[in-house]
Amino acid sequence: MSNKVIHAIYNDDDVLMDAVKQTRAAHHHIEEIYTPFPVHGLDKAMGLAPTRIAICAFIYGLVGLSIYTALMNYIMINDWPQDIGGKPSFSYIDNMPAFVPIMFEGTVFFAAHLMVITFYMRSKLWPFKKAENPDVRTTDDHFLMEVGVHGNEEELVSFFTSTGAVEVKVVEKH
Amino acid sequence: MYTFSSKLKTFSLILMVLGAIGIGIGFMASPKTIEDVEKILAADSHHGHEASHSEKVAPHAAEVHNTEAHVVSDSVKADDTHAVDSTHTEAHAVADSTNHADVAAPAVADAHGNNHEEHANADVHSHDDHKAHLEHVLHQLKNKPWAALYVACIFFMLISVGVLAFYAIQYAAQAGWSPILFRVMEGITAYLLPGSIIFFILLVAAGLHFNHLFVWMDPEVLDKTSVKYDKLIDLKSGYLNVPFFLGRAAFFLIVWNLYRFFSRKNSLAQDEASDNTFYKKNFKMAAAFLVFFIVSESIMSWDWVMSVDPHWYSTLFGWYVFASFFVSGITVIAMVTLYLKSKGYLEHVNTSHIHDLAKFMFGISIFWTYLWFSQFMLIWYSNIPEEVTYFVTRIEHYKLPFFGMLAMNFIFPLLILINTDFKRLTWIVVMAGIVILCGHYIDFFNMIMPATVGDQWFIGIPEIGALLFFLGLFIFVVFNALTKAPLVPKGNPLIEESKHFHY
Repeated sequence: MSNKVIHAIYNDDDVLMDAVKQTRAAHHHIEEIYTPFPVHGLDKAMGLAPTRIAICAFIYGLVGLSIYTALMNYIMINDWPQDIGGKPSFSYIDNMPAFVPIMFEGTVFFAAHLMVITFYMRSKLWPFKKAENPDVRTTDDHFLMEVGVHGNEEELVSFFTSTGAVEVKVVEKH
Repeated sequence: MYTFSSKLKTFSLILMVLGAIGIGIGFMASPKTIEDVEKILAADSHHGHEASHSEKVAPHAAEVHNTEAHVVSDSVKADDTHAVDSTHTEAHAVADSTNHADVAAPAVADAHGNNHEEHANADVHSHDDHKAHLEHVLHQLKNKPWAALYVACIFFMLISVGVLAFYAIQYAAQAGWSPILFRVMEGITAYLLPGSIIFFILLVAAGLHFNHLFVWMDPEVLDKTSVKYDKLIDLKSGYLNVPFFLGRAAFFLIVWNLYRFFSRKNSLAQDEASDNTFYKKNFKMAAAFLVFFIVSESIMSWDWVMSVDPHWYSTLFGWYVFASFFVSGITVIAMVTLYLKSKGYLEHVNTSHIHDLAKFMFGISIFWTYLWFSQFMLIWYSNIPEEVTYFVTRIEHYKLPFFGMLAMNFIFPLLILINTDFKRLTWIVVMAGIVILCGHYIDFFNMIMPATVGDQWFIGIPEIGALLFFLGLFIFVVFNALTKAPLVPKGNPLIEESKHFHY
């Protein structure tokens, strides 16, 4: 079994959206789509599962909140409860308003940064990563749909030509 | 066209009748003489004794109590018209601790030890104090039904003002999603006219000394020969005097009502028009109104809300009040929309519109909290006696409403409305809306009550009666206004976009 794929190239996002719907209707499995900009509704048309990154961010926020609360509680209340300008350091709640700015910023800091790092890890982005670009034009003004070839190759090519592709290529993928 | 369902109409009438009865009971039950007050306090004092005892048991609590008492006693010295004393007996202990422990700080332990002695002393040498105290409580109890009426009245009127501001913002921003909701908003702002008339009557009643809601209106506080003379209020009398106060109120209410009247008129005229003239007029008017609104809103909040505490001021108070009624207004828009939609009247309103409203509810709730906390934390942190009494009285006597509203207005919406899917569910939005509205009623309660009734507050028959009355009136006026025009403003140039709005 060879691992050939079809690269169907489009030059308009509306045509691409139609093509995606037809491809899904014809039960061809879409491996990947490369676009120069976000195409609104493409993920829905492809049937991609919704992202869970917001849930991650919420949990990271709670982690940040806990860490900063524990930190302030340890330093200001347990370890060395000094009287600093008459602020009540008897218990955490007594002096809580003074800690809220730190707790807030800590929550945002953790939520934001850990979410971004999660995004990089899940989408495998890092410095010096080799670009996975099948066709340089996809970063400028072309849209590329990659579909694995299973069964009749010619039939597939003619199918994608009929969906309005400006170019259909069969590529050996490594 | 919407038809006012007879069930809802009856419901609103029942609310009004019940509310009016409650208001009447409130006025009837308020004490007329000092003897009445003595009886009421005698019934309460036993309870007060027990409370102060239990505080002494926990050493830590007593410590905190003492430091707080210190601040309270400062406030007693600073403004006796405002003296805030929890129960009869406690008040004397507090007043005494200033005399004995003096102003020096380290006396905490000392005062603690002396507590018993002071208690005994207090009973002996304070007959005059006792009488003054009774009179003070009498004023508070007489204020109670008035304050209940005032809070409910200003709350519902400001909801319609909040909706009006939201409406103007949607016009001025040329929002594409909201025109489908304009008629709903116009219906809600219909309450502005009756609401502001009743509110103005209440202000006039205060100006004519039917009540003591505004301490600075009492002519004796400006009289240099009187024992009640208050120099701080006298110095503010250039701004805080009844004619100027009523003049400002009338001016603001009239301009708001005029904007409401003309924008509604143009909006209806636009339906029949062949070009966009009326839309453009409304656009310009909305922009001009917003400029006027932000100035008048700020002054309004000093006059109608902050001036019940004439010794206290806060710079961001105007924004804080604005955030409170703005989020309530948006919540009411969402709830009326959902009601009409559930009855099948708003076919073009989809979950995306609800989602947008819920996002506003969420965002402005956070904004309210931000302002609440900024105001609280700055004053708590610096702890300047003349400012901090505002929060000391609230934390001493209004602990549950004061912190409870924080849970209702911040934590609850934060956790419920953060989820995208939840913001599209009717029952979630309605539930969050009810909690937010109750929370902001309590917010206004917390702003008005401590200065007018002090520790004599209770959410009882007068408060709930006033709330029901204005709720009934609000429902009646709003849904009656909704029957007056088609619910889709078909002449609005953005209406097609709004119908197909999808997020």
